[in-house]
Amino acid sequence: MQSTISVEDHLTKIYALWLREFKVFMREKSRLIASTFTPILWLFVIGSGLGAANPSTVPGVDYQQFIFPGIVAMSIIFSSVFFGSYIIWDRKFDFLKSVMVAPVSRGSVFVGKTLGGMTTSLIQAAILLAIGAAIGIPFTPLSLVQVVAVILLMSFGLTSLGLALGSYMYSLEGFQMIVSFVVFPLFFLSGALFPLDNLPGWLGVLTAADPATYGVDAMRHAMLGEGSNSIEFDAAILVGYTAALGAFGIFSFKRMKAV
Amino acid sequence: MRSSIRLIRIRNLVKKYGNLTAVDDLTLDINENEVFGLLGSNGAGKTTTIHMLATLLKPTSGSATVNGYDIVSQSAKVRASIGIVFQAPSSDDILTGYENLHLHSMLYSVPRNARRQRIDEVLELVGLTERKHDQVKTYSGGMRRRLEIARGLLHKPKVMFLDEPTLGLDPTSRETMWKYVKRLVEEEKVTIILTTHYMEEADVLCNRIGIIDKGKIVALDTPAALKAGLGGDIIRIKTRTPDAGKMVAQFDFVRKVEQSDGFLVLSVKDAKKALPVLLQNIEAESAEFASPTLNDVFIQITGRNIKEQAEGGFMERYAKYD
Repeated sequence: MQSTISVEDHLTKIYALWLREFKVFMREKSRLIASTFTPILWLFVIGSGLGAANPSTVPGVDYQQFIFPGIVAMSIIFSSVFFGSYIIWDRKFDFLKSVMVAPVSRGSVFVGKTLGGMTTSLIQAAILLAIGAAIGIPFTPLSLVQVVAVILLMSFGLTSLGLALGSYMYSLEGFQMIVSFVVFPLFFLSGALFPLDNLPGWLGVLTAADPATYGVDAMRHAMLGEGSNSIEFDAAILVGYTAALGAFGIFSFKRMKAV
Repeated sequence: MRSSIRLIRIRNLVKKYGNLTAVDDLTLDINENEVFGLLGSNGAGKTTTIHMLATLLKPTSGSATVNGYDIVSQSAKVRASIGIVFQAPSSDDILTGYENLHLHSMLYSVPRNARRQRIDEVLELVGLTERKHDQVKTYSGGMRRRLEIARGLLHKPKVMFLDEPTLGLDPTSRETMWKYVKRLVEEEKVTIILTTHYMEEADVLCNRIGIIDKGKIVALDTPAALKAGLGGDIIRIKTRTPDAGKMVAQFDFVRKVEQSDGFLVLSVKDAKKALPVLLQNIEAESAEFASPTLNDVFIQITGRNIKEQAEGGFMERYAKYD
């Protein structure tokens, strides 16, 4: 009985923290517009521009469709990792201190915040998926389920990563560095814009180490029926990375200083 | 002797930052239903002490219990027992006042069916009922501070910490704030520990004061007793009466007499009673008296004027960003 109350209590606190993130997100419309605009720009400008030279290796799929799974991944990478900067804002405005002085476990603080970040990533991804359907991505109920599963895994793992990195930082300027050294490599090395087959050796090694690679590949499987690895292999690696990044996040929040 | 329950027990508490000792071997008891003031200049160690008691900072050595729970080994229970108002407002200003309180009522495990009523109660207490559905970014500094107080009260804590509750407020908002703090004591029966470097604030609000200097408690008593410790009121009389000094020295209530530049400076227990008697016996051109203030006490004890300290002491900043 005691433990049921306790579980419910934890869930209430996580819900409270998530609800705050959601409300803030809904009130800051500029955030949604700005972060959805960039992937759309990529999809149409790079997709159509480079598409004219048609580097796609997949028969029957134009370049714009080929990079679409990559652009969905891009949106998730950017919004999820970047969400880590909000922990720095929370610290700057002392909101974090008010949460840390409440009887809430660090684990719950982490989960609440991460769910908040995932929600924003999911809303953006949903907008992109609708655009995907419009440019001729042949979604089926099964492929949609697979894509959503991949999006959930990626956004959980990468939001964890962003929040973990943010928890060590005290300035937003410092976090900008993360964008250069984490976000762009994650994106460019993921195979979002090019097929993974026949890469030079060094690049192959780097792409293999990038967790986003497996997300892009799994989504390309689901959406276009084409990929470099098997979807089961992609899913297994993705689950492994997600679990590791989640653990890193909880670890970081537990050792985060309150003041 | 007051027979009260000891709510906070601090024993040899130390906090060091490298070579800097922010809190130095602090030992102190705070009883239930006290309004205890921790008075000191910026950087004296007030905020560091509060942060340790609120479990936000780990002590370097020593121990303390709050509401019977150890601040290190039972930190979750300590946090459930306390409310705290930080130096800088910490509410989310995109949310409304009500939403901030709703969020914290869940974080503090206020039962679902009691949340709304409790939120309305604390909003009423701090006079924010009318503005509860406005975003906090539209609130004034004083209103934000009051919202923090409301938030700290949601779970009916045993102890409420107020860290410089009126720092940065204009004089009118400051007095409004005092009104609400007094109301808090009357209506919520909560024990209050407040830090301040405003002497007047400590005098008006607190029934016991600890003066803290360089991390140590250097004086501990009621405001009245601290002031009485200075030796009573001072009277200055300008007079041409010859031998006035000798004459007034005959009165029992005169403790000390000094004469300079035609002025008599007397130390007496109660100037309001002494002055009429003195004026009947000597011919005075002018007379004035002053009661000692906590500022005089502070100067006497630390050898410094509290107001000479710059705002935002180094140690407090250091403690914040370490």
